[in-house]
Amino acid sequence: MAQHEVKLWSALRPFAQGEASVRVKARTIRELFARLEADYPGMAPFIRQGIAVSVDGTLYRDSWDTELPEGAEVFLLPRIQGG
Amino acid sequence: MTADTKFTGQTFKSVGTRPLRPDGIDKVTGRARYGADIDLPGQLVGSILRSPHPHAAIRSIDTSKAEALQGVKAVITSADLPDLTNGNSELFDILDNCMARTHVYYDGHAVAAVAAVDAVTARKALKLIKVDYEILPHVTDVDEAVAKGAPVLHRKCFTQGVEPKPRKPSNIARRSEFGHGDVEAGFAKADVIIERTFRTEQTHQGYIEPHACVASISPDGSGELWVCTQGHFVFRQHCAELLGMDVSKLRVTPTEIGGGFGGKTHVWAEPVALALSRKANRPVKLVMSRDEVFRASGPTSATSIDVRIGITKKGRITAGDATLRYTSGPYVGMWAELGAMTAFACYDMKNVRTVGLEVLVNRPKTTAYRAPSAPMAAFAVESVVDELAGRIGMDPVDLRIRNAAKKGTQSSYGPVYGPIGIGPTLQAAKEHPHMSAPLGKNQGRGMACGFWFNFGGQTCTDLNIAPDGTVALTVGTIDVGGARASLALVAAEELGIPYDQVRAVVGDTSTLGYNDMTDGSRGTFSSSMATIMSARNAITILKERAAKMWDIPVAKVAWEEGCAKAIGKKYGNLAPLSLAEIAAAAPNTGGPIAGHNELVADGAGVSFATHICDVEVDPETGRTQVVRYTVIQDAGKAVHPTYVEGQYQGGAAQGIGWALNEEYVYGEDGRLQNAGFLDYRIPVCSDLPMIDTQILEIPNPNHPYGIRGVGETSIVPPLAAIGNAVSNAFGVRMTHVPMSAPRILKALDEAEEASSTSTETA
Repeated sequence: MAQHEVKLWSALRPFAQGEASVRVKARTIRELFARLEADYPGMAPFIRQGIAVSVDGTLYRDSWDTELPEGAEVFLLPRIQGG
Repeated sequence: MTADTKFTGQTFKSVGTRPLRPDGIDKVTGRARYGADIDLPGQLVGSILRSPHPHAAIRSIDTSKAEALQGVKAVITSADLPDLTNGNSELFDILDNCMARTHVYYDGHAVAAVAAVDAVTARKALKLIKVDYEILPHVTDVDEAVAKGAPVLHRKCFTQGVEPKPRKPSNIARRSEFGHGDVEAGFAKADVIIERTFRTEQTHQGYIEPHACVASISPDGSGELWVCTQGHFVFRQHCAELLGMDVSKLRVTPTEIGGGFGGKTHVWAEPVALALSRKANRPVKLVMSRDEVFRASGPTSATSIDVRIGITKKGRITAGDATLRYTSGPYVGMWAELGAMTAFACYDMKNVRTVGLEVLVNRPKTTAYRAPSAPMAAFAVESVVDELAGRIGMDPVDLRIRNAAKKGTQSSYGPVYGPIGIGPTLQAAKEHPHMSAPLGKNQGRGMACGFWFNFGGQTCTDLNIAPDGTVALTVGTIDVGGARASLALVAAEELGIPYDQVRAVVGDTSTLGYNDMTDGSRGTFSSSMATIMSARNAITILKERAAKMWDIPVAKVAWEEGCAKAIGKKYGNLAPLSLAEIAAAAPNTGGPIAGHNELVADGAGVSFATHICDVEVDPETGRTQVVRYTVIQDAGKAVHPTYVEGQYQGGAAQGIGWALNEEYVYGEDGRLQNAGFLDYRIPVCSDLPMIDTQILEIPNPNHPYGIRGVGETSIVPPLAAIGNAVSNAFGVRMTHVPMSAPRILKALDEAEEASSTSTETA
């Protein structure tokens, strides 16, 4: 299973000791969130409320089965609202 | 998302054509039914009592006289909408906004409601309700709300996103930060740095149809709601949760919608109408007046934005920094956060930082407005970029091309971009005849770029083949801009049949599975994806039925040009079976034929636009007229180009109104002074030129047809494009939106005064 550097937007950093990124082993967004909830419990409310995941620049809001390719850039962002 | 939603590069017969819209005749002849057009037997009239105070504690509410009035069937207060939100703060804010509980937080906040046999009786009843208020200090201005000593709206509001956690409450509900690199090191490399503060006033979406609904709750606990909305499934969810109903027992039927632009993504009066109906045991119609729409629905933020950008003499941006303060009304939102994410998103920057501050004020709850928060941020950033171009003597388009984000750029909000379309829009602007057209006296030209995210979401559609072979397409996303025509085109394309053989309708919440709202420019992007998959599922069944009719293996059946065709040497001489022939035989080949699809349509892709604007300013009065306007934007694939152009023009028109005229004006008493279209002036046809459009088609790799959302991005650049045009007309930098005649005149007078002073000094 590939290990990813998962980059965090500012709201999540306090739950990762102020770090801008964390390393997580995960094959999919679902596994990524499960791992984050286990390792960084403070992120759980954000995950439940909704986090957008940018995988190589494409934003995923709900597709938790999306695979995280090895070497992909994984960036967590707020779940965006639209008009 | 599954692999088969990827772009395939197919050619089109129906997609890209411009047939008449299916809802057109009903709309121009008055047959179309909007929210207020629904009537039920025994229906009552609902009406809401609203606070005249911007901030007060509610000591008591006496409804006894109103209840005793003949013809009154129900009176409700917050006691009839108990808190069932179970710690969900976002849902509690919705509840508190629909009906104030302990405090009122803005002029117009609902405190009670009545249902009566007619409107006159309802109004009389409202006057009989006595509310005992303890008036509290208020603040409506964004800068005053963050100033020392400002009245604090919520004593438990400690700024989130700040470490260590503040000990004192404030009106800054949340701080967010984005960016990368070393901003100060970047500024040290700059030859020119410009720092300015900008303000934009609060505006309303200005939809013509007010919020309207008819609610009916049965004694058995089931209910119905007819409502104008951008998201009937979301309305069902929120209303059911707030009223303690089983979600599936509330059926929500969307009516036609007379504009939304984000303002109808949120419940305002609907839970109140349902609560009135439940208490009265009668259907209740509730229609907001225009005054109520302005005072008590959800406008966008007022903002105050500090921007600092550094650049080299050769036109390379070295650093950008912005602090964005956005009003959120009395409840926390993510509006400044969105401004902070979008502010510098057009540019390739090594050093960038944005800070967003959500500011609580005694104004109505802020809600989404078309590419929410991006236009104000773009106004600030694009104004400074334009000024920098002038300072170093570089063409503003060339400067933007030099600094434009591209594939591989780390975006200002974080991730690295994949393939994006800002470069082509800028190149198209550079080559557009508008850029080189001569300007007249007192005229100026401006241009600006804009960015918006776009997204997809949960979506499902049903495609049913009728016995005569015509097709009924049911979608779950509200049609706010011609989506039924576009989706019928997509179904026709996929099935290989004429457009007029497909009828697309928006189903109610009992018809389909959950659909997200029509927001985030997702309606056509998402529902077209689900429609394509539904059609493909139907084609699979059609091929099976044809195989049965021919008594050949299904593997030997292909679907081409609306017909099943037998393939291979053995069966190739069989005459094709049309969709109508297969449909007619359906009773004896397995029954009804349909295709369904449920998916999450992620991968919408980000969106960019570039606008060019010419204005003419009357130096005597400050009145400004937009004399020419051009929108250039990527659509991925324009399914129905007329409606894509309509979205581009509509966004520009709204942006022109925002830039030049529209603003919420509050008095010292904290009351809204201009809650009507006479005093809050949106542009009418005579205020606007014909808005030219140029559709670029750079396929979205994550959609089978390459489609992108197009609904929102077009409102992002106008504030800045017009600001730059006005500034360029007279060499006066405009920093306050709207650039109304008095503000422009004041700026011109100040510039003249400064000029004469400097001449005298020299």
